[in-house]
Amino acid sequence: MLAEHSGGTVSDSTRELLGKAAELAGGLGGTAQVAVLGPADLAGQLGGAATVLWMDHPALAGYVPQAYEVALAHLLAERSPRLLLLSNATVGLDLGAALAVLWDAPMAAYATRLAVEDGVPVATCQVLGGKALAEVELPGDRGIATVVAGSFPASPPGTGTAPEVVAVPPPPGLDGVATRLRRVIEPEAGDVDITAADVLVSVGRGIGSKDDIEIVAELADALGAALSASRPVTDNGWLPKTRQVGKSGLKVKPRAYLAFGISGAPEHLEGMRDAELIIACNTDASAPIFDVAHYGTTADLFDLVPALTERLNG
Amino acid sequence: MRIVVPLKTVPDLVEEIEFTPDGAGIDTEYLTFVLSEWDDQALEEALLVREAAGGQVVAVGLDGDPEIGQVLYTAIAKGADAAVRIAGQAGSARARSALLAAYLRRNPADLIVTGVQTVDDLDGQLAPMLAARLGLPHAGVVTGVEPGDGSVTVRQEFSGGRSQELELPLPAVIGVQAARQAPRYAPISKIRQVMAAGGIEDAAADAGEAGEGPLVRRMYAPERTTRAQMLEGGADAVAGQIVELLAARGLVKG
Ligand SMILES: Cc1cc2nc3c(=O)[nH]c(=O)nc-3n(C[C@H](O)[C@H](O)[C@H](O)COP(=O)(O)OP(=O)(O)OC[C@H]3O[C@@H](n4cnc5c(N)ncnc54)[C@H](O)[C@@H]3O)c2cc1C
Ligand SMILES: Nc1ncnc2c1ncn2[C@@H]1O[C@H](COP(=O)(O)O)[C@@H](O)[C@H]1O
Repeated sequence: MLAEHSGGTVSDSTRELLGKAAELAGGLGGTAQVAVLGPADLAGQLGGAATVLWMDHPALAGYVPQAYEVALAHLLAERSPRLLLLSNATVGLDLGAALAVLWDAPMAAYATRLAVEDGVPVATCQVLGGKALAEVELPGDRGIATVVAGSFPASPPGTGTAPEVVAVPPPPGLDGVATRLRRVIEPEAGDVDITAADVLVSVGRGIGSKDDIEIVAELADALGAALSASRPVTDNGWLPKTRQVGKSGLKVKPRAYLAFGISGAPEHLEGMRDAELIIACNTDASAPIFDVAHYGTTADLFDLVPALTERLNG
Repeated sequence: MRIVVPLKTVPDLVEEIEFTPDGAGIDTEYLTFVLSEWDDQALEEALLVREAAGGQVVAVGLDGDPEIGQVLYTAIAKGADAAVRIAGQAGSARARSALLAAYLRRNPADLIVTGVQTVDDLDGQLAPMLAARLGLPHAGVVTGVEPGDGSVTVRQEFSGGRSQELELPLPAVIGVQAARQAPRYAPISKIRQVMAAGGIEDAAADAGEAGEGPLVRRMYAPERTTRAQMLEGGADAVAGQIVELLAARGLVKG
């Protein structure tokens, strides 16, 4: 597995992969090895793994897809693992499919479950925005799985014995990496911190237009709640980026999350599934949001939202 | 700059998904197919790059994709300079990337811009597979492409709103998450005009061996164990129940 890290800390998704990697390695009769690329000394945070394969090179000072690809392709050729695990976020979306071609391995994307059955890795993958699951085998002598965040429990930092660190000399190919990391951009602070709100009124593409955002804003006001959104709403500029819940937005855990016109794609659920109370309004009864919501309604949001506001203000 | 934009159609997720009787696939017979939303974003970003740097945008699709003709005509109506329909069918990103790579080897591009993913990427994403086959640098989850001199600078997003700027030498492959602006709209009348004029080129591509993907055992709808309790009644009645649920938790102010 690849460790993702920034600022000297391994990511949450990496800690979620650690326990699973050790379990799968046990099932396959092997050991869990973690690739750490770049200067950071992360072994102390990777307890549970047997080995850290540490490679450093100026091209690995930050995350550069081409450099990571060259480094991992080298490790895969040298170590011939049975299975490579990546998180299904930016780094995994960049590298998984590229390595599937370069290393000639079958790949399972969007895995939410991984097991070894009769010596073969089996993955359960989300497709069609979470409306279907596919159970697939990764037969042969190699395979790659990219794992959806939140699928496995995270190993708490500092658990397990520290792995043995093996320094792997960088391959010459890293000297030829021409992609350059120009700058890292930290998130802008918003007018409202949606991660701090007790109640979120959240709106999705079902709202249809910027003008209609007004009706959900009025409901949020009436509830004393903050207004958040799914990605298409912020991409369209209907609400600021700082209001976005999900994989590439913010992870929220309010006491109540009211979702209007949000389908519940895996990337959205990643950001809100731990809310204490989830109430979803979606005219499509088969929308995946109803799989995580506690209460649901197929009422039209254009009827329900004003009715709620009226009741609260009345 | 020659910019190639691979486009693909996917089932419209507003519809109920049915599975084939053998349980190994999706029954597509009654599904509507629409352009993948990330490919739509990719086309928009490609048109913006061309507007800034000049050159041409070529939309390409596989003739085995449902509704691809409509999608390619729409791309021209939105401003693509040309559209190419490649003979072939692909049930996976791996097979698709092999066909597109074969086409691109014969018809090289300076920049290849496609969606970061599609909703049926069971075996991985197209952009990195295409880049790996062509030996090109790539970046995904991109929200903006600035053309430079022999290079492009892209903004790549991470979780939590963090992002970074990468400069990639051309040729390169980009997987777009979102264009800098919402995808433009082509009026139906314009699409009709384009269709009447024809103008989609046909091309053949010899994919060769694509390599093995995963072995699908079964496809099924997620178990509904934690399914929401559905609130009954009209909008007013539902509103009343929601207010009660919130009030019971002390979440209604005043
Ligand atoms: C790398 C990556 C990162 C991503 N990060 C995020 C992220 O951080 N956050 C995020 O949200 N998404 C993210 N996405 C996008 C995600 O895949 C989905 O595209 C997105 O979540 C869909 O948003 P939505 O539910 O609002 O829209 P849709 O999926 O279009 O759903 C709209 C819903 O509204 C319903 N509806 C329509 N009209 C009405 C009505 N009148 N009343 C009630 N319901 C109605 C429809 O039935 C439909 O279910 C990411 C994708 C990628 C590839
Ligand atoms: N040096 C690095 N090594 C690996 N990944 C990095 C590095 N710098 C930034 N990243 C990426 O940036 C992400 C930071 O996201 P976050 O954990 O949300 O702050 C990580 O998960 C990596 O994907």
